[in-house]
Amino acid sequence: MIAFLKKFEGLWLFVHSPSAIVAAMVATLIILGAIFASWIALVNPYDLASFSLFDGLLPPVWQDGANPKYLLGTDDQGRDMISAILYGARLSLIIGLSALTIAAVIGVGLGLAAGYYGGRFDAVVMRIADVQLALPAILTALLIDGIARGILPAAIQQDLRVAVLTLAIALSLWVNFARTARATTFVQMNKEYVQAAIMMGQRPSRVMFVHILPNILGPLLVIMTVDLASAILLEATLSFLGIGLPADSPSLGTLIRIGMQFLLSGEWWILWIPTLFLIALVVSINILGDFLRDIFNPRLR
Amino acid sequence: MLTIKDLTVKFPSRFGDFSAIEGVDMTIKPGEIHGLVGESGAGKSTVGAAVIGLLQAPGYVTKGILTLGDTDLRELTPAQAHEVRGDRISMIFQDPQTSLNPLMTIEDQLVETIQAHSDASKTAARRRAVDLLEDIGIQNASQRIKAYPHQFSGGMRQRVVIALAICTDPEVIIADEPTTALDVAVQSQVLDLIQQLAKERQIAFMLITHDIGVIAQVADRVTVMRKGRVVETGATAQVLGAPKHPYTRALMDAVPPLDRKIDRFRVPAVDDTAVMQGDTAERWLLEGQQHCLTGLTLENLTVTFAGPRTSLFRKPSPYVALEDVTLTIRPGSIMGLVGESGSGKSTLAKAITGLVTPTYGAMILGDTVLPFGASRSRHHPSRQLVQMVFQDPYSSLNPRHRIGDILTEPLWFYGFVKDPAERVSLAASMLSLVGMQPDAITKYPHQFSGGQRQRIAVARALLARPRFLICDEPTSALDVSIQAEILNLLKELQARFGLTILFISHNLAVVRQMADDTAVLLNGKIEEVNTTEAVYESPQAEYTKLLLAQTPVMPKSWRQ
Amino acid sequence: MVYFIVKRMIQSVFVMLAVAFLAFSLFRFVGDPITQMTGVETSVADQERLREELGLNDPFVSQFIRFTGDMLQGDFGYSYRTRQPVADMITERVPATLELGVVALIISLLVGVPAGVYTALKPRGIWTQTILMTTLVGVSIPTFVIGIMLIFLFGVQLGWLPTFGRGGTVQIGNWESSLFTISGWRALLLPAITLGVYQLTLTMRLVRAEMMEVMRSDYIRFAMARGVPMRKLHYKHALVNTMVPVITIIGLQFGGVIAFSIVTESVFQWPGMGLLFLESIRFVDIPVMGVYLVVIAFFFVLVNLVVDLLYVAIDPRLRLRDVE
Repeated sequence: MIAFLKKFEGLWLFVHSPSAIVAAMVATLIILGAIFASWIALVNPYDLASFSLFDGLLPPVWQDGANPKYLLGTDDQGRDMISAILYGARLSLIIGLSALTIAAVIGVGLGLAAGYYGGRFDAVVMRIADVQLALPAILTALLIDGIARGILPAAIQQDLRVAVLTLAIALSLWVNFARTARATTFVQMNKEYVQAAIMMGQRPSRVMFVHILPNILGPLLVIMTVDLASAILLEATLSFLGIGLPADSPSLGTLIRIGMQFLLSGEWWILWIPTLFLIALVVSINILGDFLRDIFNPRLR
Repeated sequence: MLTIKDLTVKFPSRFGDFSAIEGVDMTIKPGEIHGLVGESGAGKSTVGAAVIGLLQAPGYVTKGILTLGDTDLRELTPAQAHEVRGDRISMIFQDPQTSLNPLMTIEDQLVETIQAHSDASKTAARRRAVDLLEDIGIQNASQRIKAYPHQFSGGMRQRVVIALAICTDPEVIIADEPTTALDVAVQSQVLDLIQQLAKERQIAFMLITHDIGVIAQVADRVTVMRKGRVVETGATAQVLGAPKHPYTRALMDAVPPLDRKIDRFRVPAVDDTAVMQGDTAERWLLEGQQHCLTGLTLENLTVTFAGPRTSLFRKPSPYVALEDVTLTIRPGSIMGLVGESGSGKSTLAKAITGLVTPTYGAMILGDTVLPFGASRSRHHPSRQLVQMVFQDPYSSLNPRHRIGDILTEPLWFYGFVKDPAERVSLAASMLSLVGMQPDAITKYPHQFSGGQRQRIAVARALLARPRFLICDEPTSALDVSIQAEILNLLKELQARFGLTILFISHNLAVVRQMADDTAVLLNGKIEEVNTTEAVYESPQAEYTKLLLAQTPVMPKSWRQ
Repeated sequence: MVYFIVKRMIQSVFVMLAVAFLAFSLFRFVGDPITQMTGVETSVADQERLREELGLNDPFVSQFIRFTGDMLQGDFGYSYRTRQPVADMITERVPATLELGVVALIISLLVGVPAGVYTALKPRGIWTQTILMTTLVGVSIPTFVIGIMLIFLFGVQLGWLPTFGRGGTVQIGNWESSLFTISGWRALLLPAITLGVYQLTLTMRLVRAEMMEVMRSDYIRFAMARGVPMRKLHYKHALVNTMVPVITIIGLQFGGVIAFSIVTESVFQWPGMGLLFLESIRFVDIPVMGVYLVVIAFFFVLVNLVVDLLYVAIDPRLRLRDVE
């Protein structure tokens, strides 16, 4: 009954939170658009043959001189803005989600083990986390990028851009997971159900993953949402700094960097439309994260 | 005089308004200690919060009269109400550890409170604060007043809390479970202090508590509440000694007496369907009694922990949790272990179960020596033979696992039953054995009350086919009526299956009801071991005598 | 207390050593230092001689010890790109970044703390909802976009403020400061706001969460029940207790300030360490990258030591031992 009410409560709060509903709708729309980009998009922005320079710099439909075929206009190469954004969002989401997965696996694993075993192991993990904290996300990401440039031959570098970027973002995010998992595991370790399991002689892995993990999922889910937003922002920032993805396979960040060249000219849409799109995506993810935080920590409501 | 008439408090929620209390009447005269007693959910604390005007949002008073002298408390603006708080009505909270601001000295907190309600200068306020602390039994107050809360012990801290509550000479003090977090000795001092303050300063006390003994000891009048309504009110001796209302009578029946042993508590049969059955489970348990009764012997058991490290060069001084404990628990008997918080009771349980590594001594279960702590393998037979029932039924069951998963875990883990379907039916049968509906198996722990969860915890322990059961304060988180049910259940199971039980509790009366033998623990050392009868009737150790004398009980003469 | 501080110092030294090791590994293993230092015309024999002279054939551990020792003496090696001593390049850039970071931090605290207190005390007010929504959008806009927007609005459209560089600077000893000229402040304003916005939202949300938690505590309820004046209750009791966790996080966030200053410096062409780092990455200038790393970690560790000291100052439980 209460279990039902609890689930019901989450749903109830959701139904009564207009911002969460809008955010969920925007996020779903963008994610669906990204998944089905190759079917929806007018042109393939990676395929130079599918668009032509003659269509370049067309404004959005509500401005004079627009071509109704390109709803939000085109860039200087003649690429349809909508297509570029959808493909860009797809790339941003792929990188963000895979980085998040890697970070969650490493972070939760280490954090759980640190909380469970305590003592030396915990101290070592936390010192590593300290070092990682001293070198914040962007720095780590830039550094890994720099190292990759140093050791990888130029030919492979282009092919491995996405992998390097993903790895860089993942490495800068794992600490969040580790610290949260460790702190919550410590709390659970003092709970009697965990002591009962240890007393029975259950394997540490079973105690950690079957008993403790389900009980710390709530806070981890919040971190996951917030970090997805950070991952997307980080990717955009790195691409903006020119260290992320090259212009021929643009992510949202790359699109914004390209758009920067048109900051002072009249073609505002090349800069501001991808920017708005990025902000909408991240805002809606963050609103959902906030909403989840409220559910899992009702005292702050 | 505090007058409460027909007081009703509602908490609006999306499922409609919920009445926390309804139609509560009560008057407290100056100098009177008025006990407010009831089980959890009775609405006791809500009455106190309504009087002082600090109801948790979104609760509000819907109707009734609340007057203090000539002042109508319901008519006050928020600012006026805040003026009245401290000045005329004050409050004492349960836990002295958390009710003082850790970052301010006692002096700052006292002076600030005195100055908030009078024009006293800082020096005058300080002088008054020092006098007050002296009065209340804090020696060397002019020095100690400069200390921070963490530099006081628990009992002293509660005195400081009381000093803060009375430093403005209020007419009424609401004391919400003021001694629940304290040990017996400190509790008795604090209760004396409250009585003294009521008499000397004519302060009216509303003493909210779940402990009938405390009420019997100090309250002049008592009001019994149940589910937000007043059940009975009157002079303490009358209400507790000759209760009129059936609920009060049942409540009094459930209170374990300190001066005698009763075989079985009279518990009103609330749930007819939950009769103890579970033949399958019973047969299964009985066929598992290969080597029947198993005793436990502890020899010179010593446990030391590394103390907190405070210096780089000095080694941290070790903290001795258990010192030279020698104890024999006879096969098939119940050994009661009594001690205050920090006496090492739980450390003993953890040492036996292998969660804590002793530094010295021996533990012999039946005829096998138990390896210490981490050196005990995960497959050691004692891990099955020794089971535990924990204190907190809210944390002893994994909230994310279904009851079925929790109960069948020992069955497959110890390899008792291979067939999953059979495991489930055995678990269901075990649920009936402990007096639960078998359909509980598909539910989650939070769908049950504290008492029901404790039954499930007992069922889980039994499904490991234990020979030795450790019950660590199994009822201290429960209401008295539920406590009576669980104690009945444990007694019955012990008799039926010949379990050996180590029963740990801080509650002397409960141990008297349960144990064949009793050991008294103080600061990690055994003060006294004997048959329960001997320990309670002719205690040898000074400490035992003190404990027995200081435990608040109802005078025998009241009982009818 | 002394033990607490010494313990934290030892931990800090450990962090510094780990970062130094990272920097050293970078230098040693990412690309060959010799090929970087010499041109194509250098003979193999000459390269080998140089390798021997620089001690690159020594055992790994002794190389690392020498590297750390050099660093402690301020000898940070030479840039591959400009052939200048890295130490000079960095010290030249430090003032710009520090001034930017500190001003941004101050902005974030001056706005973030009061906003956090306000939103915690009036959780249901319309202003609170507005502020919360605004900050949510604030954390969701990438720093560089905020920079671009500010440039576009105040630099391009309104033309009020400069959009790049440091403006007028004053030389004080080795320190080149832009805090003493009007044009310096004008140049500093936009980058500092850009950098401060993200920290501001974090600070505000943190103060709010902690404050709400504290307001629920027993000692606040007890102070309430004693009729302690509301103003004192909020600021003396609640806010001070909130500060302990808040300064911890702010200390940890300082790393974030430095990191985002890379972005801000890039957007505003601010001649600080971040810009230098970006350039060195582009040219795989390993010595500069390594040293930058060490310097950043050093600042981070330093700030966190200060935080620990503040901790001790605020919390008597760390200062005074239990008497009983």
